[in-house]
Amino acid sequence: MAEMDTSSGGGHKKGPGVKKGKKLSTRVDLTPMVDLGFLLITFFVFTTTMSQSTAMNMNEPKDDDKTQLLVRNSGAMTILLGKNDQVYYYFGQLEAEKVSEQFKSTTFKQIRELIVTKKKSTPIDNLMYIIKSDKKSTFKNAIDILDEMSICAIPPGHYAEVDMTPTEEILISKTEEANGIK
Amino acid sequence: MPKVKIPRKSTNIDMTAMCDVAFLLLSFFILATKQKPPEVLTVTPPASVSSKAAPDKSILITLTQDGKTFLMLGDETKKAAILSNINTTKGLNLTQAELNKWVKSPFVGQPLNQIKSALNASVEMPPNKLPGIPTDSTNNEMIDWIRSVTSAYAGTDQRKLQEMLLVKGDQSTLYPVFKNIKQAFKKNEIYKFRIVTNGESVPTGSELYLNPPKAIN
Repeated sequence: MAEMDTSSGGGHKKGPGVKKGKKLSTRVDLTPMVDLGFLLITFFVFTTTMSQSTAMNMNEPKDDDKTQLLVRNSGAMTILLGKNDQVYYYFGQLEAEKVSEQFKSTTFKQIRELIVTKKKSTPIDNLMYIIKSDKKSTFKNAIDILDEMSICAIPPGHYAEVDMTPTEEILISKTEEANGIK
Repeated sequence: MPKVKIPRKSTNIDMTAMCDVAFLLLSFFILATKQKPPEVLTVTPPASVSSKAAPDKSILITLTQDGKTFLMLGDETKKAAILSNINTTKGLNLTQAELNKWVKSPFVGQPLNQIKSALNASVEMPPNKLPGIPTDSTNNEMIDWIRSVTSAYAGTDQRKLQEMLLVKGDQSTLYPVFKNIKQAFKKNEIYKFRIVTNGESVPTGSELYLNPPKAIN
């Protein structure tokens, strides 16, 4: 059906003088055109759905000394974000003589398990995650850890971003030196 | 037994109909997809599991890789009001003609004291050469910008404004830049804003995956 009539090609063999013009079929093989059409469709479908951007909610606490939240030592986990996607954490409060035991380093791959373990072992009312970002940490780190909180279904109000103390900054830089992170 | 003659049929099928369908689908997809506004600043946002789509009309603060900050006022109805507000409050001494020219520019990427000269410059600077809005803790002009934005939207639905405030940062932007932006929001008593991220599926087996939230707000 959809085929070019090629038989007319041999028309000249009949020699000169034969002027019987054969009618050319107007049908064209559309298969390559269909191929092209579907190729373009798949291309457009794939390229458009990929670039869907979403919006994540951010709730900041009011900077008010009166509303300072007191956190129980037993329920607190402090997560510190360092440079090169490094994560450090400790439970409760840092005590001078036990720092090396308390202060541990981890990565973003393992932090989720630590968050979940802490969540399961602590009564929900006491649970508090304190997130502190270093000057060298990136925007991605800050968003990733907040995302981690929503992945672990930590209710809002049980995690907060807080400024880093000088002691912690020193601890991070010491650990980075020891681990050889530039 | 008499032989049953099976007539030989050509295997060629008429492709015209299929071709029609293919191009109909193609034109449908091209027309149905919304065109993304041209991005002058290339930024790769981080990923998050949030599934809410980012609004089209927005007041967008962009943080580039090298720590520069840009402001894009997407709501055309209020753009002129915001710009004239900052003109009067910060004493930029812009004429009406200069203001009109400013409204047409897609985004703000200069310190306030350079805006007059940038508007009168004969050649427009490419976006990657612009200095960005200063956001240091000593001179955080983003505070003034957000103040102008809030005063332009005063009396309107504040929840709508909160939904429009977007921060879009590059993955490798350093944290202090983002902190300065948060500070600017806080100084203007805005505690809720949104961050533009790339959608990502919820990891299987995680708590959020097992118990997805019922209400989406």
